[in-house]
Amino acid sequence: MSLITAQGVSVRYDGRRVLFDIDFQIDRGEIVTIVGPNGSGKTSFLRVLLGVVAPEKGRIHWAKGLRIGYVPQRLHLDPGLPMPVARFLSLPTRQSAQAVAEVLERVGVPDVARQNMATLSGGQFQRVLLARALLTRPDILMLDEPTAGLDQPGVAAFYRLIEDVRREMNCAVLSVSHDLHVVMSASDRVICINGHICCEGAPQVVRDAPEYRALFGLGTGGALALYQHSHDHVHDENCDHDHDHAKDHAHHAG
Amino acid sequence: MLDDFLTRALLAGLVVAIATGPLGCFVVWRRMAYFGDATAHAAILGVALALGFQISIFIGTMVVALIMAMVVSTLAGRGWAMDTTLGVLAHSALACGLVAVSFLPNVRVDLTAYLFGDILAVSRFDLAVIALGSALVLGLILWRWQGLLMATLSEDLAQSAGIVPGRERMVLTVALAIVVAVALKIVGALLIAALLIIPAAAARNLARSPEMMALFASGIGAASVFGGLQLSLAQDTPSGPSIVVIAALIFLATTLGAALFQNRSGR
Repeated sequence: MSLITAQGVSVRYDGRRVLFDIDFQIDRGEIVTIVGPNGSGKTSFLRVLLGVVAPEKGRIHWAKGLRIGYVPQRLHLDPGLPMPVARFLSLPTRQSAQAVAEVLERVGVPDVARQNMATLSGGQFQRVLLARALLTRPDILMLDEPTAGLDQPGVAAFYRLIEDVRREMNCAVLSVSHDLHVVMSASDRVICINGHICCEGAPQVVRDAPEYRALFGLGTGGALALYQHSHDHVHDENCDHDHDHAKDHAHHAG
Repeated sequence: MLDDFLTRALLAGLVVAIATGPLGCFVVWRRMAYFGDATAHAAILGVALALGFQISIFIGTMVVALIMAMVVSTLAGRGWAMDTTLGVLAHSALACGLVAVSFLPNVRVDLTAYLFGDILAVSRFDLAVIALGSALVLGLILWRWQGLLMATLSEDLAQSAGIVPGRERMVLTVALAIVVAVALKIVGALLIAALLIIPAAAARNLARSPEMMALFASGIGAASVFGGLQLSLAQDTPSGPSIVVIAALIFLATTLGAALFQNRSGR
């Protein structure tokens, strides 16, 4: 049974159609990444799946009692609001000091509990946002451009952390990125979106798909490498069904 | 004890200050300062209508304030330019109220009491209503505290946790309308927003967590009421503005204190 299923979803903002005919589903334990250029509707897609925006057409079904751990792209903190990290982690439910210490240790920032959120670095801030999402014991983690503003090693470390967390908690991970080059190689599926789903499949497959190339161009031409673990190569090569999947969608998109 | 007008004034001021502390924090955090002004200015229109239809001033101001607050938050939700919209609504409501009062036949109304408050004229009945209203506001905010805080930080984050941001906004809107109705007697329509914002802003300089800030804001508000009444008695100054003057002095003190402290620890 899928955690979230979307059927024929369309979204409109101020009369402008930003998403149309989206079919999507995600299962427990899956890592799915959504890529698309700026303005392609990927954040809108995430917001529809969060339930923040109602679809104009189509249906979305959430598994009963689904807990979503949402990691927003950024969080605007009003300077008038003093917010220590430990207090932030107690939203929406109060957490014991021990639970706070444990989760901060887990995401690799053990010493920030008493610090004000506003004094954190970009990388620390991202990890604290992730920690808060983890405390809700999520069935699915949703991350919106989680690595925007991190440097390359920071991105790699953050994605490794997500992978580990996924394994430990057996949750699904749905993340949004504007750049396939820094997409997690552990992704089971990459969905390339531009108003509709252009193509879909394993990271390598999407990278080579004509729809993806049309959207992003050949771009950096290999100047930036896809972040990979060695074991992921093996995984992707054996993953035949994903290739077929991608071809199917490529066909529709054309 | 309640027979003494000074005791009643002090008690009324204190209970209002305790409720405006946490509510004022949300006004600051959510940048609703002008919103508070618009709601409070609408109270004068409420006074005029209440006198015209001979209903309770509390009811009249609360209803008009509530309508104003709902209109403003609806327009905000539709993406209107907020500072212009609020400026138009706030001052129109105030002007309409002032004009409407002049139409009332056979009523000679002392408007200064409503514009600047008349805390020394608080009756036992007024005190009871003010205490009830303040308790209601405080109760609402404490009850919804976590949700309000979450929705203030990020509406999307709140939504993902199953909190409905619109409902939290409504809680604040209702609380604001109640505060306007009960604080009208204390500081008057023109200065209600000051009672919300200044203690919270002063508390920000001292607080390290949202809860501390709310608590300090209540404390600073209470101290301002106490000090303002003393000032009013000693110097025969108008009581509402005196309360706000004391609050402003406390704000100045905490701001200077925080700046000095930061300078020293920074070195």
